[in-house]
Amino acid sequence: MTPRVVFPNKVLPYLLVAPQLAITLVFFYWPAGQAFYQSMLRQDPFGLRTKFVWFANFRKVLADPAYLNSIKVTVVFSLATAIVAMCVALLLAVMAEKVVRGKGLYRTLLIWPYAVAPAIAGMLWLFLFNPSIGSLAYMLRSFGIAWDPLLNGTHAMILLVSAAAWKQISYNFLFFVAGLQAVPKALIEAAAMDGAGETKRFWTIVFPLLAPTTFFLLVVNTVYALFDTFGIVHAVTGGGPGKTTETLVYKVYNDGFVNLILGDSAAQSVILMVIVISLTAIQFRYVERKVHYG
Amino acid sequence: MATVDLKDVKKVYPSGFEAVKGVSIAVPDKELCVLVGPSGCGKSTLLRMIAGLETISSGTVAIDGKIVNLIGPTERDIAMVFQNYALYPHMKVYDNMAYGLRNRGTPKDEIDSRVRATAKILELSALLDRRPRELSGGQRQRVAMGRAIVRNPRVFLFDEPLSNLDAKLRGQMRVEIKNLQRSLGVTSVYVTHDQLEAMTLADILVVMNAGLVEQMGAPLDVYERPASTFVASFIGAPPMNLLALTEGASGAALADGTAIAFAPREARAATLGFRPEDADVTFNAEAPSGALVLPALVEAVEPVGAESFLHCAAGGNRIVVRVAGRATATVGNQLRVVAKAEKLHWFDQAGKRVG
Repeated sequence: MTPRVVFPNKVLPYLLVAPQLAITLVFFYWPAGQAFYQSMLRQDPFGLRTKFVWFANFRKVLADPAYLNSIKVTVVFSLATAIVAMCVALLLAVMAEKVVRGKGLYRTLLIWPYAVAPAIAGMLWLFLFNPSIGSLAYMLRSFGIAWDPLLNGTHAMILLVSAAAWKQISYNFLFFVAGLQAVPKALIEAAAMDGAGETKRFWTIVFPLLAPTTFFLLVVNTVYALFDTFGIVHAVTGGGPGKTTETLVYKVYNDGFVNLILGDSAAQSVILMVIVISLTAIQFRYVERKVHYG
Repeated sequence: MATVDLKDVKKVYPSGFEAVKGVSIAVPDKELCVLVGPSGCGKSTLLRMIAGLETISSGTVAIDGKIVNLIGPTERDIAMVFQNYALYPHMKVYDNMAYGLRNRGTPKDEIDSRVRATAKILELSALLDRRPRELSGGQRQRVAMGRAIVRNPRVFLFDEPLSNLDAKLRGQMRVEIKNLQRSLGVTSVYVTHDQLEAMTLADILVVMNAGLVEQMGAPLDVYERPASTFVASFIGAPPMNLLALTEGASGAALADGTAIAFAPREARAATLGFRPEDADVTFNAEAPSGALVLPALVEAVEPVGAESFLHCAAGGNRIVVRVAGRATATVGNQLRVVAKAEKLHWFDQAGKRVG
């Protein structure tokens, strides 16, 4: 319980929170309200005539096969990104624990990719895997894989997931390293004396004790893949080929700012808003009171 | 059947620090060996080397005559009770105890019967479904013991297992550990910094200091014939009174010039010692023969109940004398401390025992 602060002045407390409130109102609630309002409007491409259509935009969007496809793409992309980013990060963190000399240097190097801007990371991967000039694409072809992310949707998705996951690995790595350090050494030693080999120790002792970290990262990574990957999608595939890598966030941008169907785009934003709110609710409910052992 | 033999075991850390400087100990089958010493004396490192948790820089550790230097802790068939218990926090008590058996592929029904039997011995039967965080310190300690016992290993190792318990529980668990060890007949090595635990538990007492064994033997032998001033001051509470000697006009003398008659002839003693309970106080002026008599001034009186400790200033030293029951002397009294000649200990310049 935090003690209640009593201000003698009636106006001062409101003045003190005013800047925070102003920012929240201007940059969050106002645009959100605008989006909500616009989601019920239909406008011609030149913005000359506007009609209030109630929930017609939502009906239209939710019945649109392209939108349903986009949901599917987003689910596949988010889960794949989260799982790949976490598995690789966990593997690296476990390996980094074993390094005796230069542990600090090794860790620092692994954290670097997090500082690379998403669009740059995307371009990097795009060039590496470009079918005509990419060095890694050349290698793949020499292994007999007909690598072509420009025409093959699955290849494009793999490329996108790799780029998005690569960027997130550092962040996850950092948390896993911290999580691993928090596992008491005596427990590992006790398990060793109890006859558990290294692999067994990891799965029966270390991994269960990492559960709070893993759960936290799962939520963070999913949210990242859902909402923070616009730059990567834009740089790597632009939603193509066809619409095989068009995620929900990318579709909002595409429909609104490229195709200028503002009503549809706003309706999609509102749906995304609902998704974010529910994810945040889940996060608060479970992540805030993490599974604690002690 | 298991013996533990250490031969000239050394531990040098990469930093160059030598934690254990050549220790040889032989623990016979079914006996409990206690390693005791101040913190940093290398006793825990030595234990961890027996466990296989630390590499051995040189020398050999043998279990049952087989050198295990290169065998990992997983294969040594040793159980260890850790200082902070190291219970698996995400497992129930039952699973904590069953873990080691499961790893060794013991059949399920055998695991069940062994875990339940062990739980019964340790009075844990009602707690098998709890998690470690739902247990008290004493209960956790029992689970840690149970986890070691249930596997029926060749050797038990204890790393200061009682230091996290309160004094009353510690006394109780001490007796239980001793009884369990004796009834199970498992060779054990026990590390502690508590000399009382060491005295009461040990079949073999090993006093360590700065990476070396100072003295090894039966607890009472060590108590009665400490090999050095270090052992004399470490074993026993309150510790032995040690008085520095100088060369006086007629042989050995205390710092203030008081002549000491009984110093051993064969070697030059530098320190004289006697235990607080081997001395008595008297107000009589005439000195009893065949005893060391020191005029002393009482500086403090500590009544403990069954006995009292008199802290006195004598011959430029501070000494402690134990008297039975209530002390008649009070602070400021001038009296004489009398210690029988045969109860005196003599140590040379290097602190080693003479005579």
